[in-house]
Amino acid sequence: MSKYLLDKFLFTVDRDAEWVERYREDPRAAVERWEDEYANRILGCHCDESSTWLRFDQAEREALATHDYPKLFELGAHPFLTLTLFIAMFERDYADEPLGFQSEYARRLAHVTPPYPDIAT
Amino acid sequence: MAELVAVIASTHHPFYYRASTATGADRPPFADEWVRKVEAFRETLTKARPDVLVMVGSDHFHQLWLDNMPQFLIGKAPYYDANFYNEEREFGLPRMLLRGQEDLSAYLLREGLDAGFDLAFSNELRIDHSITCPIITLRPEADLPIVPVYTNIFAPPLPRPGRFVQLGRTIRRLIESWPGDQRVAVIGTGHLSLELGGPRQFGPTGPDPEFDRRAVQWIASGDIEGCLAEVTLDSLHLPGNATHGFMDFMLMMGVAGEGAKADYVDTYDLFHTMEAYFTWYPNGARP
Repeated sequence: MSKYLLDKFLFTVDRDAEWVERYREDPRAAVERWEDEYANRILGCHCDESSTWLRFDQAEREALATHDYPKLFELGAHPFLTLTLFIAMFERDYADEPLGFQSEYARRLAHVTPPYPDIAT
Repeated sequence: MAELVAVIASTHHPFYYRASTATGADRPPFADEWVRKVEAFRETLTKARPDVLVMVGSDHFHQLWLDNMPQFLIGKAPYYDANFYNEEREFGLPRMLLRGQEDLSAYLLREGLDAGFDLAFSNELRIDHSITCPIITLRPEADLPIVPVYTNIFAPPLPRPGRFVQLGRTIRRLIESWPGDQRVAVIGTGHLSLELGGPRQFGPTGPDPEFDRRAVQWIASGDIEGCLAEVTLDSLHLPGNATHGFMDFMLMMGVAGEGAKADYVDTYDLFHTMEAYFTWYPNGARP
């Protein structure tokens, strides 16, 4: 299991407007492409100096591919990263209701009680 | 020697900019009172007539990332671009450019290293809303040079609360020994109870009003010992999963000093979080 790689996906997709749209529209294809092309990139290094060992396990890949943010929470993805990216993708669908998506997000996590999953990477 | 003319601790609510500039039907009902409170708070800095601002905040996974994460970092650059794409997108924050006070950065780095803090540094730092929010609320002209100090309240393992207090004490001592005649204010922002990406987020108040009440009391009375006796890395999970940002308030309590009662205290109970504003005038130098 790699909480780090989950966080890396959320972080790198969130900061790139094209990737945000790609992930919103076709999450399974976006996750597959990202894992293939970006998972091993070291952000501060040249592309020829990428890592060689990073990949999702099946539960992580499936959670990302289905936009399953309660599952990402359970897997220990950083909640700030998940929230920020999912707001970018879905707040627009709740335009009539201020903070409507944020409220829905809280509701879908309502079954969770402390202590929350460990987010240390 | 430089003079420490104000110590300011504040929450940094990224929605303030949008709320305060909205008009007509877009203006939320809480905006007018919020603006009134922020402008009164701003006056406490203006009156101190600072020349330089040391700005304590925390990068929210913008430039700093898990492949190379510093615990405490000081910017040392002539300029700092500010705010990121996702902050424009979510909060409507403007892009900004701030001048740096490089000689004070260099001094804090050298003396801080010698004082036992293995500080990271950055010569090209883009700063985020943890620093630009207080610029917008307290010094919207954005005309003073800054020294950014970033803390890790976000990516465990984190330094413990006592370390934040120690760093605050050290920053104060170093500013007061900085050769020169500049008037320096230290402004730090954090959170009271806060939940982000969890079931208690975006409620009608902050997730733990009782924690907020006690936190305001600790800060306003300068009760560092009382605060340290109760606040641990583990305990901070309880009031809300993003409450570790309170450690930046503890750093500012360290700057203000043990037992230092704040000269100005205000709060505003908003949805999602309680806003809290504190100003100390050190050494009895109330303007």
